[in-house]
Amino acid sequence: MHDSSISLIELGAVFFGLGVLGRLAWRIGVSPIPLYLLGGLAFGAGGLVPLAGIEGFANLAGEIGVVLLLLLLGLEYSAAELVTGLRRSWVAGVVDIVLNALPGAIVALILGWGAVGAMAMAGVTYISSSGIVAKVLGDLGRLGNRETPVVLSILVFEDLAMAVYLPILTAFLAGATLLRGLTAVGVALVAVTVVLVVALRFGRYVSMVVDSPEPEVFLLRVLGAALLVAGLASRLQVSAAVGAFLLGIAISGSTAENATKLLEPLRDLFAAMFFVVFGLNTDPRSIPPVLGFAIALAVITTATKIATGWFAAARQGISRLGRARAGAALVARGEFSIVIAGLAVTAGAVDRELAALATAYVLLMAILGPVAARVVEPVTRAFQRKPATT
Amino acid sequence: MNVEVTPLPGIGTRHDFVSRTGRRIGVIAHRDGHFDLVVSRQDDPDSCVASVPLTTEESAALANLLGAPNLVAHLRDQVAGVSTRQLPIAPNSPYDGRTLGDTALRTRTAVSVVAVVRAGTVHPSPKPDFALGGGDLLVTVGTVTGLERAADVLDRG
Repeated sequence: MHDSSISLIELGAVFFGLGVLGRLAWRIGVSPIPLYLLGGLAFGAGGLVPLAGIEGFANLAGEIGVVLLLLLLGLEYSAAELVTGLRRSWVAGVVDIVLNALPGAIVALILGWGAVGAMAMAGVTYISSSGIVAKVLGDLGRLGNRETPVVLSILVFEDLAMAVYLPILTAFLAGATLLRGLTAVGVALVAVTVVLVVALRFGRYVSMVVDSPEPEVFLLRVLGAALLVAGLASRLQVSAAVGAFLLGIAISGSTAENATKLLEPLRDLFAAMFFVVFGLNTDPRSIPPVLGFAIALAVITTATKIATGWFAAARQGISRLGRARAGAALVARGEFSIVIAGLAVTAGAVDRELAALATAYVLLMAILGPVAARVVEPVTRAFQRKPATT
Repeated sequence: MNVEVTPLPGIGTRHDFVSRTGRRIGVIAHRDGHFDLVVSRQDDPDSCVASVPLTTEESAALANLLGAPNLVAHLRDQVAGVSTRQLPIAPNSPYDGRTLGDTALRTRTAVSVVAVVRAGTVHPSPKPDFALGGGDLLVTVGTVTGLERAADVLDRG
């Protein structure tokens, strides 16, 4: 009895603290993710307030957080949007991969983390945070801007890239040889294609399995299905996250929209737990040695994301100011970078310093992203000698 | 006029057109059913000077406000020899606070009131006991002279 009361108090304090941090974050116009990570760092080993007794629950909640993050990423875009996105923006998408994955991979190689570490860091620096980007675009009233579809189509492409990247990464993390790695690439491509075809042709049957007019039945079914698929995927040595993501893509239409509405609060709750757990498992003392690399990566990948957005917007005939806005909007990295780092670290196949570098990097980028999106207009206007008329 | 439809993955759809003065005016239909009204900036047509979120009722009110003249134009096209006008009830009009029947427009001027537009909502085919208020717009049908006399009646009683 005594134990559970202590756990409840600790858990309550953690959630309440996160609530206060989250409110503070949105007040000053940044994403709460960096503050959650800092909260985790403060509670964890070597941190200010070591927290004992709720690790078991926190770890499981964190796992569920990853499953929900990826399920909702899959639900965010319909299969049709993914296919059109692929057709329309593949050139910009490839530029995005090359420019933003390379810096991470190179830094990992410099630090001697090997090919698997390079692959994980490539993902960390590549993927923009679609959550932060969409929120910032909405807050700044830029949804009607002409460059916004360009920004969104890049996010859609990144979403698809994740569908291919995550299974491959998991295969390599599980210690695959080159041959088995290539097999994993093939399997991943086939799996994604099958899921897309199923979603396009038979999406309503998948939706029918989980759909229900009663909200609570629907919630239980969709959550149950997600955890079942995630668990089975994990059993089959594909990561739980990948299974949930592919399920999200397969669910379509109004079912997907309703599921998103119902699951969003749950995702926010469990994802907050996931960030805290990730912070908990990262020793704050391991951050200073990699801080220099994190700052270098932040500077370089801010520039490369802006270049990506600039390039993509220029292809659509958008003016310089709009190109700069598109680039700056994409700068934010967040939840998925941490998910990738989390996958890599829990698999134990990479240096534990990777977690420290990823934490420091996301701390910087999740704050820098919204700030960049805000200041890009005045800065670009100042650089343009004479303000454009008409 | 060319209304462009652009999908916004994860958000909804944007419908917009370029006005004669060079502004892009449009509506973002969000997946959850609410709308944003967007108007582009004069100096930077790629971006928006305003992006106003509207609830379903607010969008309907705005659509009615903008659609009322359209309704009149539609009537005019349909029947030759019949004119239509929108006649306002001024706040100090003698009929502010009285019923439509009190105006006796049909008997005095042979003009019919086909609808009343109030606060963006159209009330079609109002009955004689319909209470008028300052700021209402009466959508009327009649001959040109009849309509002029009707405007006079509403102003002066």
